[in-house]
Amino acid sequence: MGGWAIAVHGGAGIDPNLPVERQEEAKQLLTRCLNVGISALRTNCPAIDVVELVVRELETDPLFNSGRGSALTEHGTVEMEASIMDGKGRRCGAVSGLVTVKNPISLARLVMDKSPHSYLAFSGAEAFARQQVCWCCGDFQGVELVDNEYFITEENKGMLKQAKEANSILFDYRIPLPGNETCLAAAAENVLQMNGLPISVYAPETVGCVVVDCQGNCAAATSTGGLMNKMTGRIGDSPIIGSGTYACDLCAVSCTGEGEAIIRATLAREVAAVMEYRGMGLQEAVNFVIKEKLDEGKAGLIAVSSKGEVAYGFNCTGMFRGCASQDGFMEVGLWE
Amino acid sequence: MGWAIALHGGAGDIALNLETERREPREEGLRHCLEIGVAALKANKSPLDVVELVVRELENHPHFNAGRGSVLTRNGTVEMEASIMDGRTKKCGAVSGLTTVVNAISLARLVMENTPHIYLAFDGAEAFAREQGVETVDSSYFVTPENVARLKQAQEANRVQVDYTPPLQKEEQIPPADGESQIGTVGCVAVDGNGNLAAATSTGGLVNKMVGRIGDTPIVGAGNYANSYCAVSATGKGESIIRGTVARDVAALMEFKGLTLKEAAAYVVESVPKGTCGLIAVSATGEVTMQFNTTGMFRASATEDGHSEIGIWHPGQC
Repeated sequence: MGGWAIAVHGGAGIDPNLPVERQEEAKQLLTRCLNVGISALRTNCPAIDVVELVVRELETDPLFNSGRGSALTEHGTVEMEASIMDGKGRRCGAVSGLVTVKNPISLARLVMDKSPHSYLAFSGAEAFARQQVCWCCGDFQGVELVDNEYFITEENKGMLKQAKEANSILFDYRIPLPGNETCLAAAAENVLQMNGLPISVYAPETVGCVVVDCQGNCAAATSTGGLMNKMTGRIGDSPIIGSGTYACDLCAVSCTGEGEAIIRATLAREVAAVMEYRGMGLQEAVNFVIKEKLDEGKAGLIAVSSKGEVAYGFNCTGMFRGCASQDGFMEVGLWE
Repeated sequence: MGWAIALHGGAGDIALNLETERREPREEGLRHCLEIGVAALKANKSPLDVVELVVRELENHPHFNAGRGSVLTRNGTVEMEASIMDGRTKKCGAVSGLTTVVNAISLARLVMENTPHIYLAFDGAEAFAREQGVETVDSSYFVTPENVARLKQAQEANRVQVDYTPPLQKEEQIPPADGESQIGTVGCVAVDGNGNLAAATSTGGLVNKMVGRIGDTPIVGAGNYANSYCAVSATGKGESIIRGTVARDVAALMEFKGLTLKEAAAYVVESVPKGTCGLIAVSATGEVTMQFNTTGMFRASATEDGHSEIGIWHPGQC
């Protein structure tokens, strides 16, 4: 045991009918991000830097629901949130309601490192982002800012439309919608939903990364655009320390799935709490929490321990994930 | 067994020689809110209704840091936040960044009951408030002269402070930022005779906080939490309470380590930096505990067996 370990995720709750090309694309992205993290770890990079680095990659790629490619609000805009936690000292930073910050996880890091607070949101967070920008001796410092349009993809505009239709279908399943078989079937048979949406329309929420470095320090980072068709101002589990993200000297955890269920279960902290107070090992803790603490909710999580172990678990249809550890283990997957 | 209730008006560096004109209105407020809570429990209202009711009263009271009497951001504005949790179902609701809503805790409850979400903030929360028809007023309603003075004081000293710092006498030196008074927030926890638990917490936050700063109060598991073991409301320095997942940890220690309510509360309060945290909690079996590692915590509690108390400092001090 011992040594570094890393896990990444691109969201839980995958449509079983997801086209094979999309599945392959996802695996490639997960592999690429894992390798970014592994390279950094091999140069003795601290866990807190690695998780930020990897989540930045995931945010920048439009494939998953964070940064570019974020799910859209009911108004067709993007509001992003993220949190980061350094198990060493349990320092943390979180942001919500970002509209122009290219990499939300980096702003969360700046909140942790450069502000007297732990969590900044909406116009206050945007103002903080602008304050941080400066050119020192010709070097750019701070976070990159772009137009809200940058984050919006055609695909998600289409998904938003479907989500709005699905929400009205769910209230009256007798109305047939031509050409939208999956939605209709799901609504009528009440089959395979996540967060109240048929699985074909649901955008698996969130990306995340957890790392334990060569010194045994753990860190976690999570970032998302949130729920498709969400109310403006809605905050999910991703920026909530103890729910979507948590790290301490025993482990680091990042969660994804139904935000309400994750918050009610304080899911990320729960894994650490059963390790700390019940003496469970990492995999045992992950299994216990997923099985016993989600009630009717559907979610997944990735976790690492200070001993160099890596684990994941989910109780829904699939989770985009990848794991690797110093002993040469590496695995990327979507399904059970 | 039997019902139990506890409420607080904030923990922090409350001066042991607090002047009468600052002490009495708060003690009176605690007494009044305790009576209301007890009456509601005796009338068989659900713990969820009781904690909302009591926190509304505390929010309306101008001497506590919530609703009217909220401390001010660095821009001199108010940004209020709150959360509520039903231990029986573990459903919860939270709001942040409110500027016109008279009772933040009631909006948090509406988020819980009338939306598919848990947490709404800033413009979105204010828009929701209007949709729901809750009482809203001009932001100036919430601002008190005391808090305007506190903000000025904090800005002159260039620090963020948790409120209730007594106004400085001219001769006094400005206290160092680390030795700051760390009070904030109001909260209520209650359990009925059937072991149903609920918790509610509400605040204006930190004096001179950055606009958009969110503290522990709306963070489920940090400032507020309830499940089938206990209900907890915390107060103090938000950043420490978030890192310490204070409210959740009290329940987790009971569940996973078999500690009693009092033991769990003591463990948690000791594990956060001194001077940063206080909490109130009730258990499913009707026990109450109120503990803090600050100089004081405005608090009150009562249980069905007739015991009741109101306090500010540690027992033995006065």
